[in-house]
Amino acid sequence: MIFGLEFPPIENLVEWPNLFGPKDSWYGFNKIALINVIALVATTVIFLLARRSKGLVPHGVRNLVESSVAFIRDGIINETIGPDGLRYLPFLVSLFFFILITNLFEVIPFFHMPGNARMAGPAVLALITWLFFICAGLKAQGPKYFWSAVAPPGVPWPLLFVVVPIEFLSTFIVRPFSLAVRLFANMLAGHILLVTFTVLCITLFSATLLIIVLPFSFAMLVALTGFEIMVAFLQAYIFTILAAVYIGSSIHAEH
Amino acid sequence: MSILAQIAADQLPAADQKSIAAAGQAGLAYGLATLGPGIGIGYLVGQSVQAMARQPEAAGMVRTTMFLGIAFTEALALIGFVVFILLKFV
Repeated sequence: MIFGLEFPPIENLVEWPNLFGPKDSWYGFNKIALINVIALVATTVIFLLARRSKGLVPHGVRNLVESSVAFIRDGIINETIGPDGLRYLPFLVSLFFFILITNLFEVIPFFHMPGNARMAGPAVLALITWLFFICAGLKAQGPKYFWSAVAPPGVPWPLLFVVVPIEFLSTFIVRPFSLAVRLFANMLAGHILLVTFTVLCITLFSATLLIIVLPFSFAMLVALTGFEIMVAFLQAYIFTILAAVYIGSSIHAEH
Repeated sequence: MSILAQIAADQLPAADQKSIAAAGQAGLAYGLATLGPGIGIGYLVGQSVQAMARQPEAAGMVRTTMFLGIAFTEALALIGFVVFILLKFV
């Protein structure tokens, strides 16, 4: 209760009952799992449909796919990894589309819940990216990747006792953690923001004089919905570009 | 004012007092966490706009780097937000 505003507890905003299966079981299937499955299927279907369309001139769904692949190739890979990063294009494109679709469920009616507003989703994505950039580094540089990742060249040797632990922390522990927390916190903050204004609109929708304020609150809600669509795109872009930067820094040793 | 707050606090059960204190600290934690990243992102975007205005042909490169910088800078603010959620609700 804040100023007569009945705000729901946070469990009601982010915890969903299982569609089937008992609570806390490993096969329980709730709304978040449904959103993730839909995002997985939608990503696959979009690319299969684009593959089926023939002809020289792209149209329909192939247009979308070709322009987004070109965007990720030119805007992300060429700017951060370089031309030899093109073999990581499939991973980055599927990462981008999966995160984008799970994020967009924040504003899709009857769902209104970003799939990444629970920590589990972003944590798994960050772990996959973490494993991916370590494996890419091992493949490109062999076992000396672990040394070149923690010891920047040109550092006097006494300083290595300080630099190596710091670099180890920032590369192997802070990177996946901040990758996951960035996506999770952005989506959760957007979700709470939208819920706050929705609750405000419902409270103001009364037979008192307060109804004068309702149009402003509703306009703010509409504007914030547009803002959250932008945030969904931006977070998918930032997650993908950071994954590309991490892969680039592990396949190219600093020198 | 503080006497009134004291009287109000005396009448509440211990669990409520604890949650009120936690809510106050949560607000303080989030407020402090916004300060640094706010300054940082403002400076970063300002300098990027200046760079783009001086050299419009480098705008694409500057924009990519700007988003990277924003992503690194806002991580602290977002960790502050997570701490806020943890203090307030958990």
